[in-house]
Formats: sequence, structure tokens, C-alpha cells
Amino acid sequence: MVIYGVALLSVCMLVGVLLGDFIGNLIGVSANVGGVGIGMVLLVLVIDYLRRKKKLDIPAEEGIKFWSAIYIPVVVAMAAQQNVVSALSGGPIAILAGTLAVVVSFLLVPVISKVGKSSDNTFNNHTRDV
Amino acid sequence: MDAIISVLEKNGLVTAFAVIGILMYVSYVISKKLTRGRVHGSAIAIILGLVLAYFGGITTGGDKGLADLSIFAGIGIMGGAMLRDLAIIATAFGVHLEEVKKAGLSGILSLFVGIASSFLIGVLIALAFGYTDAASLATIGAGTTTYIVGPVTGAAVGASSEVIALSIAAGLIKAILIMIATPFIAKYIGLNNPRSAIVYGGLMGSTSGVAGGLAATDPKLVPYGAMTATFYTGLGCLLAPSILFLAVRAVFGA
Repeated sequence: MVIYGVALLSVCMLVGVLLGDFIGNLIGVSANVGGVGIGMVLLVLVIDYLRRKKKLDIPAEEGIKFWSAIYIPVVVAMAAQQNVVSALSGGPIAILAGTLAVVVSFLLVPVISKVGKSSDNTFNNHTRDV
Repeated sequence: MDAIISVLEKNGLVTAFAVIGILMYVSYVISKKLTRGRVHGSAIAIILGLVLAYFGGITTGGDKGLADLSIFAGIGIMGGAMLRDLAIIATAFGVHLEEVKKAGLSGILSLFVGIASSFLIGVLIALAFGYTDAASLATIGAGTTTYIVGPVTGAAVGASSEVIALSIAAGLIKAILIMIATPFIAKYIGLNNPRSAIVYGGLMGSTSGVAGGLAATDPKLVPYGAMTATFYTGLGCLLAPSILFLAVRAVFGA
């Protein structure tokens, strides 16, 4: 059933967020540490397990795929409720700091991507592109 | 007219689905007709969303963009943290765990480098604009990592509310710029495979920025970038008020 997939997804998120809060408390941070990331890893592991056991039927998968597909519209709705006015009213300090941080972070992407890449041979990359 | 408004207000979330659907349709038509598909439809939709958020903010004086207009309140639910996180986790459905394992180390490295570099830039800009006390410098530096780390750090180190507001604005600018610029910059920084997406997520950090930026670049990369990005804010809240603040204080004094 479709709801099984949606429920599985929801449980993964709740467990992830709960663990994220727990880790945050543990290290004394007033924020959720990696809750969503933990939820994602959980979902990947659980799906992998259920597939191997052949316990995941197609309607259940559709329940997860729907939310995956609705992701872009959700992000557009997220963009439409950003506090753009206050971002711009921060003046030159905010605009300069934010912009420079993005520029430098972009420049670092290719640099950090190379770190530890030796184990990754180029042949694999080519086949993936095809 | 009142009857229509009342129906739209009463069915907020459903109204949001309809409005965002129409916005996506218009964006894809613009993408196809005006840019011949060169600018991705979702990139245009996100930019239009931000423009609408600006007008919503000006009209209402609120802090939730278009969602502050009562007929668009449902957009606040649809694009709020709860459904956004659910949708982000759902994208993990297409993740290859092998890719994550292979890039794990560079992902962790990217988190530390990303937080340190954004923080440093914030501190330097604040210095250039005449701030000299460690609390203000660290708070603006923290805000430059994400708009959540800024106020958390500001409260911890006792920064003024004016500085905290500034730190939030810096983080918002960063998030918005990541959403807009990523699809245009992607090919120049090799952002076309899971490994670079993991690194990108760790360097950028802003969950909303990364979520929007990758959605407009290549939806297949979303889960990889989101996975590291979701650790960034937590790590930032840990490092900024502690080690990074102490470092700033050691250099510039209290």
C-alpha cells in the first residue's frame, strides 16, 4: 500500500530528527545535528534491506517516490517564503559577507573534491556519465 | 470576490499546491520560450519565488515572504521545514550508498573547511566595516556560515541585537545567492557527480540554499548535497561560539 511507503519515510525522518536533537543535547548545542542526514541514511539502509527481503512492493515505493518528486515544488514554496526583504535591508556588510562566502565556497568545491580521489578511477566516472 | 478569498484562505495548503503548480508551469514556459531551455525551469521558478517573497515582505512587513499574505499562508506549510525535510529525505530513495562511502572523507573535510572559510570571511568584512570587539566579529562570522548559527552564537557570546540582525541578514544573502547562482556556476566547478555534490553541500552548508541550488541544477544530485549540508548548521552551532569565538578573542581581544 502507498501509505506503507509514506509511513516508512515519515518514521525515518522522525527517528533521524530525534537522534539529531539527542546529539545536539549531548554536545551542548542548541540545534539539531544532522537529523535530516541521519534520516536519509536510515531510509537508504531500510529500503536496501526490504528490497533484498523482497518485502517492498511497488505501491509502497510510489509513496516514497511521490515525495521525492514533489521536492522541487516544495523548494519553490520554500523560496517564496524566504525573508528576502530583511536579507537586503542588512546593507553592505551583510551583502558583501554573504556574497564573498558563496564565491569562496564555490571556488573550494573543485579543490576539496580532489582530496582522497585516488581510489576513484576515471573509468568509473566515464561509465557513469554514459 | 470575498467568497473566493475565503475559500482560498480556508484551504491554505491546497491553495499552495495550486499556486506553486501554476508558478512552475509559467517558469517552464519561460524556460522553453525565452531561454530555449538554457536556464532550467526550476531555476526560474526559484528566482520567481524569491521575487514574490520580496513583494510579500514589502506588502505585509512580515518575515515569511509571500506566506505572510493570508491567502498564501499555505505556502508556509508547503515550503516549511517539516515538508521540506520530508521531501529531502525522500530524495535519498535514489542514493547509491557506495558513492556516499567513497566521498565520505572529503565530505567531512568540506564541512570543516566550509564553516571555517565562511566564518573567516564574515569576520574580515566586519573588521573592514569597523567592528573590533570579539563578540560582534564572531557573531557576524557565524551568521556568514548560516542564518541559524549567527543568532545562536550571538546569544551565546552576548552580541548586541543589531549585530545579531546583521548576522541573520548575511546568512540569508548567502542562502538566496546559493539558490540563484548554483545552476549557472555548476559546470565551472565540476558540480556534476555525487562526489562533488557531497563536497558542495558541506562547503555551502545552508540547507535551503543547497536544496534550492541543486534542485535547479540536477535533481539527481540533491540527496548527496543535502546529506552533508544538514550537518553543517549543527557543527557550526558547535564550533562558532566555542573554538572560533575563542580564536577571534585571542587575536582581537575582548
